[in-house]
Amino acid sequence: MTTHDHAWSLSAALPQGAENYRGDHLLVAQMVEPGSRVLDVGCGEGDLLRLLEGRGVDGRGIELSREGVNRCVAKGLAVIQGDADTDLVDYPDDSFDYVILSQTLQATRQPRVVLEHMLRIGRRAIVSFPNFGHWKMRLQLLVKGQMPRTDNLPATWYDTPNIHFCTIKDFVQLCDEINVKMERAVALNPYGRPLRLNAPWWFWNMFGEQGVFLLSRRDLAGHHPNGG
Amino acid sequence: MANLQSSQSQTAAMPEHAREADHPTSLVAVLGADLPLRLDCGVDLAPFQIAYQAYGRLNADRSNAILICHALTGDQHAANVNPVTGKPGWWETMVGPGKPIDTDSYFVISSNVLGGCLGSTGPASTNPATGKPWGLDFPVITVPDMVRAQAMLIDSLGIQTLFAVVGGSMGGMQALQWAAAYPQRVFSAVPIACATRHSAQNIAFHEVGRQAVMADPDWRNGHYFEHGVRPHRGLGVARMAAHITYLSDAALHRKFGRRLQGRQMPTFSFDADFEVESYLRHQGSTFVERFDANSYLYLTRACDYFDVAADHGGALAAAFKGTRTRFCVVSFTSDWLYPTSESREVVHALNAGGARVSFAEIKTDKGHDAFLLDVPEFTDIVRAFLESAAVTRGLRKAEMSS
Repeated sequence: MTTHDHAWSLSAALPQGAENYRGDHLLVAQMVEPGSRVLDVGCGEGDLLRLLEGRGVDGRGIELSREGVNRCVAKGLAVIQGDADTDLVDYPDDSFDYVILSQTLQATRQPRVVLEHMLRIGRRAIVSFPNFGHWKMRLQLLVKGQMPRTDNLPATWYDTPNIHFCTIKDFVQLCDEINVKMERAVALNPYGRPLRLNAPWWFWNMFGEQGVFLLSRRDLAGHHPNGG
Repeated sequence: MANLQSSQSQTAAMPEHAREADHPTSLVAVLGADLPLRLDCGVDLAPFQIAYQAYGRLNADRSNAILICHALTGDQHAANVNPVTGKPGWWETMVGPGKPIDTDSYFVISSNVLGGCLGSTGPASTNPATGKPWGLDFPVITVPDMVRAQAMLIDSLGIQTLFAVVGGSMGGMQALQWAAAYPQRVFSAVPIACATRHSAQNIAFHEVGRQAVMADPDWRNGHYFEHGVRPHRGLGVARMAAHITYLSDAALHRKFGRRLQGRQMPTFSFDADFEVESYLRHQGSTFVERFDANSYLYLTRACDYFDVAADHGGALAAAFKGTRTRFCVVSFTSDWLYPTSESREVVHALNAGGARVSFAEIKTDKGHDAFLLDVPEFTDIVRAFLESAAVTRGLRKAEMSS
């Protein structure tokens, strides 16, 4: 059984210039209710936070790189320098409506612990990550016998910040293990557009270049259909 | 309105101690005449004076004022030639036209702290009751006392809300105290290289300094002015010890290494053989010319007593709960006096209190004193933060966003 997203459309209210944003950012921004409090973990140069502030969201960021923090502060964003692996523990329970981890999960040392903290700190969590199960990845490993490299993941295996790659299927399994409810799931093609809705999971796992998931605690919404 | 006076030319036949202490070469506000300042130690102080400098112009709706708070041994001369030392102001890198704290846009107030010796009432000032310097009869003051006195100064200038309070080290503590005590009056705060309370190590270093001062036979139980002497040696040693804590091992090594001073061989004596030794001796001897020993005791004590959380049941987050002030906390990688971990504590507390906080750790090997030096990554971030806050405050228009 799947919990694919059925009510998704790119035409929902977004600020002007939204077409300049990354596809996964647009998708994430649409998952956030206007006016909510958001913590963006690994916020980079603050593009998503800016997009969210345009929607009346009270956004905060955590970013590892100094350059990223400086650029965010220059944009008037409230961003602190920090590390998802070590700093989330200091945030109080329920201090945000959403905690977002955009293209950062694969760079954390303890993805599972990070995910658990996200759902403790926020009522909901939004996670997007590159799908290592994509056919190009599989093909490169199969044919070349080498760790895959793509436009989105250009680093070689020895100098990549990404240490915990996973596939969409792996992630769905993890969510099930730590007992979180998957409210929405979307797979994006290489152009940042969502794949055909209601496709089976294996199709997403093969053809989705990124997965974007809206998660919530089980206790929030009661029963959840089994993922995976 | 308070009694504002500039007293540039009253130094002619004044006893040495009374010159800058009572009649500073700067603006002066005489405060507390109608309502005394109730100090944390329970004493009412009135009247008292605060010496300050002002740069730039206050705008019509009085919304562009920035208070900058100096560190332990700083003064009001942030961006002008210091009348005592003849050297440039301590924050020339940061304050001035076109600089990060841009005096073309902001009205900048730099006050000498209560307990200081450059014209604000302190132990070197004349006690009106006796006609002699206060010395140790001056009541012990705290950082909140300093901030309350500053608030009275700001009141006297007719300013309701400060656009920003900015300071490093003890100045950063004042910025935090301002935000905790007057959340409605502080639009933004930039605490730099500081903490909400001193570590045991910080208190320990300060105690070494105080003991050095008090061990000097010329200290005379704090009444040295009356004996016509000053505890130069003790204060010099205190400064030497403190100065080491303001630098980093890497910075000292880069500057001096183990090089010998003007000789090829060690002298097998206790002269200053090493360059680093003569540097420290120089730091100590120039410091005693500009700073009062008792003032050093009082101000180090105030820093040691400082504890923002203590007034809020020990919970730091409670001190900032619900604040609307925008914060930009800055630390430096090589600062071992106020290490980044302590700034992080502040940031976590602000986050827990729901505050809008930015935080950056600046990479530098220049140690604690980096906030006084030209570190572009640091000055850039302060500039960027103030500019974006100024847009929100309506002080300037947003530039075309990317």
